Amino acid sequence: MADTQSKELKVREKQEVASPAEQTKSGLVFTPAVDIFETEKEITLLADMPGVKADDLTIDLRDNTLTLAADIAPVDDANEDNILVEYETGRYYRQFTLGELINQENINAKLNDGVLRLSLPKVEKATPKKITVKTG
Amino acid sequence: MIYRRIFNAPPWRFRSPLDELHRMRKQLEQMFGDSETPHQRVSAGVFPLINLTEDKENYFVRAELPGVKGDALDIQVTANNLAISGERKIAEEEGARYHRKEREEGSFSRMIGLPGDINPDKVDAKLQNGILTVVVSKAEAAKPKQITVKS
Repeated sequence: MADTQSKELKVREKQEVASPAEQTKSGLVFTPAVDIFETEKEITLLADMPGVKADDLTIDLRDNTLTLAADIAPVDDANEDNILVEYETGRYYRQFTLGELINQENINAKLNDGVLRLSLPKVEKATPKKITVKTG
Repeated sequence: MIYRRIFNAPPWRFRSPLDELHRMRKQLEQMFGDSETPHQRVSAGVFPLINLTEDKENYFVRAELPGVKGDALDIQVTANNLAISGERKIAEEEGARYHRKEREEGSFSRMIGLPGDINPDKVDAKLQNGILTVVVSKAEAAKPKQITVKS
């Protein structure tokens, strides 16, 4: 980009999920903001999940559906009184459908500063098949 | 006797029955309207969004800042204002083709006025799992005092 001045971050309300599945727990559920990109070898997913500890995060991949779910522990003490509440906290939930085949053995997940980085290596593709058209 | 029934009828009968339904709905909205939106959030419209709580000793300022490093943050206190500024950077990925790009990068700067006097020498900030918590100690004068009632 030409301009070196970084742009100002705008307030974005956390996106609440209406109902991902039948809820057995009370509380709000939010959709984490994600980046998904792919290179030749792998698909990488970055998700903003502030307040989530590695133990509370569940990543599930089956039948080409990737599910991210995370519980968060309440941060504030019970004896603190709210003065100003601008954001709510709650669980995170999001599902993705993956088009490519993923090598499930080598999935790698890292959680740093509230950002999840999930590397999904693609399965080695079979050599391209040439199809000859017969005439006659 | 038709005319007698008309004279005895209460006046609302002459209006549409829908009027009565409207009136009932208005009353119900008044009764339950508040409880449907219990968390009426008032946002300053400045990034980052902040939750401010207090106990007897401290104010707690919390903000969700995923992916922001501690050294990219600048926190200052003056009188009873707290200023938080910083920058969120997202590293560029080599040879990546994006399917989705919802996360944003950029700089931010916010001032929060605290409701009472503070002790500027006792301010602690920590960043854990992408959540910033600033603990600001209240000034002695602003702390609640227990008053004993003499009998």
